[in-house]
Amino acid sequence: MKKRNLLILAGVIPAMLLTGCGGGGSEKTADAGQVIVYNWGEYLDPETLDMFTEETGIEVVYEEFETNEIMYPKIETGAVAYDVVCPSDYMIQKMIQNDLLAEINFDNVPNIKNIGEEYMKSSREFDPENKYSVPYCWGTVGILYNKTMVDEPVTSWDILWDEKYKDNILMQDSVRDALGIALKRLGYSLNTTSEDEIAEAADTLIEQKPLVQAYVIDQVRDKMIGDEAALGVIYSGEAIYTQRENENLEYVIPEEGSNIWIDSWVIPKNAKNKENAEAFINFMCEPEIALMNFDYITYSTPNTAARELIEDEDIRNSTIAFPPASELERCETFQYLGDEVDNIYNEYWNKVKSS
Amino acid sequence: MTKGKSKWLLSGPFLVWTAAFIIIPLAIIVYYGLTTAEGSFTLANIAEIGRPENIKALLLALLLSLVSTVICLLMAYPLAMTLCSLKFNANGLIVMIFIVPMWMNFLLRTLAWQTLLEKTGVINMILEALHLPTLNIINTPYAIVLGMVYNFLPFMLLPIYNSLIKIDKNVVNAARDLGANSFQTFWHITFPLSLPGVISGITMVFVPSLTTFVISDLLGGAKILLIGNVIEQKFKQGNNWNVGSGLSLVLMVFILISMAIMHKYDKDGEGVTL
Repeated sequence: MKKRNLLILAGVIPAMLLTGCGGGGSEKTADAGQVIVYNWGEYLDPETLDMFTEETGIEVVYEEFETNEIMYPKIETGAVAYDVVCPSDYMIQKMIQNDLLAEINFDNVPNIKNIGEEYMKSSREFDPENKYSVPYCWGTVGILYNKTMVDEPVTSWDILWDEKYKDNILMQDSVRDALGIALKRLGYSLNTTSEDEIAEAADTLIEQKPLVQAYVIDQVRDKMIGDEAALGVIYSGEAIYTQRENENLEYVIPEEGSNIWIDSWVIPKNAKNKENAEAFINFMCEPEIALMNFDYITYSTPNTAARELIEDEDIRNSTIAFPPASELERCETFQYLGDEVDNIYNEYWNKVKSS
Repeated sequence: MTKGKSKWLLSGPFLVWTAAFIIIPLAIIVYYGLTTAEGSFTLANIAEIGRPENIKALLLALLLSLVSTVICLLMAYPLAMTLCSLKFNANGLIVMIFIVPMWMNFLLRTLAWQTLLEKTGVINMILEALHLPTLNIINTPYAIVLGMVYNFLPFMLLPIYNSLIKIDKNVVNAARDLGANSFQTFWHITFPLSLPGVISGITMVFVPSLTTFVISDLLGGAKILLIGNVIEQKFKQGNNWNVGSGLSLVLMVFILISMAIMHKYDKDGEGVTL
């Protein structure tokens, strides 16, 4: 869901180059126009963008963001008229409520048939009529641990509060994720609106802080691969990648439950190239393209047709990429709780960070 | 065309630049800092600094930037004196050693320190191979100070070097002729004459250290919040531009105070120029 900081910088430059090239494009390109895509950092196989342009003649301007919270104000102010954006569930809910999204014309997105019915159903939690979003990737939040550095079986969030692993724990540096873990550990909902529960969760995070090596977002991956820490909170999509690089790593969804999330394509209301945006979303739903992206970013795909194409049986049946329903039952999606509750979360998170 | 008119014409591009990229943005910050999200006047954003966590971040930022400035000064002054006393022109050497590394991106250099200082990082691997105790300063205030000193040392060195090299050697020789020992010469002649450079160096290290959020984020493991981090969070994560601007205004006051103090010691008014 969230990848490296620097890639944002790296993403802006090519995006600027692409915009600059717009005038000098070929006849075909000029006719088909362009599509401006705003996606998570390193969240798609760049080759698929070229293939899209080749097939449709539509030029792609590609930009990247690091967190939902950074993405949101840019859409809200309409500073740039993006055509396709890929936010997470709770943020899509917020965007729908604030009337920032356009309804997708599904006549232009026939490939929606490749998306598994169960994912369309979970989408209804934030997009009640499946009108605004097309699922792109999904996953869970869990603990990635190094088998050589952790002696006991990891089953509970409690291990992140174990003195034994002082300075060996990596936590997520993002409001909802960090507080969500603490809330789940206490047996509360990670969508609680009770200030008492949030305060209690924040207190446990303050208690945990001396044990934490660092609060990071994207660097969990590299630090865990490099044996820097024994335990790290990570998105399931990163887990498969890290295992490819370091075979001692293991991913687990703790028994108290966790967060399950979906990132979906949406079209902002002020999009200038809505039809191109729909063509782009449709292209991303093609099984071969979804498979290419899955191979590249290793985040679980909701595209059932693409999953059937995965050659490696271990990956196709991986419980990390495609956890069994029993594990998912314990997980909750984030809900948008309104600005007021958002502020409460932010305030307590600030207290944790500055304690 | 009168003389006065052409003077205005020549400074035109600069005036436009100043208005567009300094005065207007500053006015916007002041506007945001003094209004609520609905646009009515308030001092609440400024008062946010009174929250214990924000006070703590401000004090820590002041402390760390002060420490870094002192360390930079203690390292840069003797070095500048050494460079000045070299027989050959040291300009080329300075460019090689201090300027060329700065051509590389600031973020990359700070990230490199992260890799160097990590638990399993380069420095610790070497120390371990030599059977020496390992260095565990990553994600502590020490690493942040190290990052500040490393990144801002050239800004201390260059102004001091420039002011030292300009001192007329005859003044120093005269002092020695008149019987001053080397310490007296330094204290009464060299140091006062180099003061503008020192003042300028202090300002150029202290201000960026006080406002940094990147160094504390990368080398402090996001565990240590400086006032810069608090402001960054308000803008980016909290999407609360009003409080972010209010806190920026408070920080600006501290910077102005420090510059005023500097100016008081800078009798010739030559400091703060490079």
